[in-house]
Amino acid sequence: MTTRLTGLLLVLPALAMVLLFFILPLSASVIGAFEVETGFGLANFVKAFDFYSQDMLFTLVIVCLSTVLIGLLAIAIGGYLTLGENPRAVAILRNLYRWPMFIPFIVVGQVMRTFLAKNGLMNSTLAASGLIDPAQAVSLLDWRGIVIAFVWKQTPFVALLVAGSMASLDRGTIEAARNLGASRLRILVEIVVPQVARTIMVGLILSFVTMMSVLSVPLMINAQSPTMLTADIAFRINAYGDYGTANALGTISLVMSAAAALIYLRMTLRERS
Amino acid sequence: MMRMSPLSLDLWWLPRAASLGLLAFVIFGPLGNLLLWAFTEKWYYPHTLPLEYGLSFWSKVFSARGNALESLSNSVLVACLTVLLSLALAVPAGYALARLKLPWRGAILLAFLIPQAFPNLTVYVNIARLFYQIGLNGTILGVVIVHTTHGLVFAVWIATAAFSAVDHELEQAARSIGAGPLRTFFDVTLPLALPGLMASAIFVFLESLDEFTGSYFVGAPDVNMLPLLLYTAGSGGNYQIASITAVLLLIPSIGFMLFVERFLKADVLSRVGH
Repeated sequence: MTTRLTGLLLVLPALAMVLLFFILPLSASVIGAFEVETGFGLANFVKAFDFYSQDMLFTLVIVCLSTVLIGLLAIAIGGYLTLGENPRAVAILRNLYRWPMFIPFIVVGQVMRTFLAKNGLMNSTLAASGLIDPAQAVSLLDWRGIVIAFVWKQTPFVALLVAGSMASLDRGTIEAARNLGASRLRILVEIVVPQVARTIMVGLILSFVTMMSVLSVPLMINAQSPTMLTADIAFRINAYGDYGTANALGTISLVMSAAAALIYLRMTLRERS
Repeated sequence: MMRMSPLSLDLWWLPRAASLGLLAFVIFGPLGNLLLWAFTEKWYYPHTLPLEYGLSFWSKVFSARGNALESLSNSVLVACLTVLLSLALAVPAGYALARLKLPWRGAILLAFLIPQAFPNLTVYVNIARLFYQIGLNGTILGVVIVHTTHGLVFAVWIATAAFSAVDHELEQAARSIGAGPLRTFFDVTLPLALPGLMASAIFVFLESLDEFTGSYFVGAPDVNMLPLLLYTAGSGGNYQIASITAVLLLIPSIGFMLFVERFLKADVLSRVGH
């Protein structure tokens, strides 16, 4: 009983921090979403859906698409690092893939804004190598730019977690399957991925919610309509001081993230039972 | 290990080189473009490359009138204070979560995810309102509090993983030859968990340096930070200043990236979030 109490006391300061400076203002924002001039009501949500229902869909599609792409790329990178048979290629990949990991989102926004622009380095390289006609060059600074920025930045993080988890797997089963003639792709899909599924999910959910809250990338890459909810929230506050609608929009993106967290929670509970 | 004939080995290098080359372009192309902008004097459409290179924007950024130096020192100060506060909170919490029998352990671990798991924009807006009332808005301390809350999940989760990766038998051995619980912790557990704790400190430091939204609502305009400088320069169309600020933010990021695996070993990584 005393170790339980000591344990709780040791955790308490950190928990208090989260409670005071996150959960409290979070509740304030949810309550604020229902506050209207005459007391409580749904007027803020009606306005939010009237103005921004298109942006809600836009946000959901972008974040889901990015999450799927990040998952596939992370598994591919982790899988090659674990199962790759050419040491030199594995070493090159290991040193290559994680460069974007720690690059701040705000820098990613700036970098992609220049790279993906109509006259950016991507189009000029493609044109110089003869792959596209310079006149056909299009700017990717719309939803595609946001997806590219998200995938570019978040894949290394998930891949690092996944590769670490794959590296600590028991090599015996992999070698056994290999000796029985299973292809590397089949080993990856049927043996490796199921064993690290939980790490993949943790990484993907962290990425999902991170992308739901990033303000700088949508502001810098695609601030015109349709845009992501984060840009709308900042706009409601900076332009109108409209906390009601901003809080309603925040509550809606909160529901989206909660759905992702619920999936994780259900998976963990199922595993425990 | 299968032996392949030299010929088939050579052929396999084609797809390998093609995909690695593509990956290298995807990763370094955008960074190269940023570097070009940082050293550009003149560059406009439809020229593929800058017309003039130079350092005049660098001297502008670092001149006494430019506010880059102030932003840089503010950013580093906030990041260091955030690391100190986070570790002070995460080391005891991580130890308890890894070693002591805690009720609702899963729920507590998940609670630290909350600041990352919910869109934090409206939270920062409401924190800014709250901080304004108690005089914390526009102060270094206010920004440090916001960054710590946000980065705590990395600090606590990695610290927990680092402590659970420490071999329990070593602690028991220390205890059995007469070391007290505190002595065991400081002489055995803490040194063994140190690489993992360093990794969590690095994550927190970079989270803080990276953080834009909280600094934007809580810090600005009184506390200037590098991300804010980058944002204002970029939206003002001044790509040179924005790119130079971005390069300044990149240096620590890439430096840490190169060394992260020295601190974050696979045995710790596989325990993150468990």
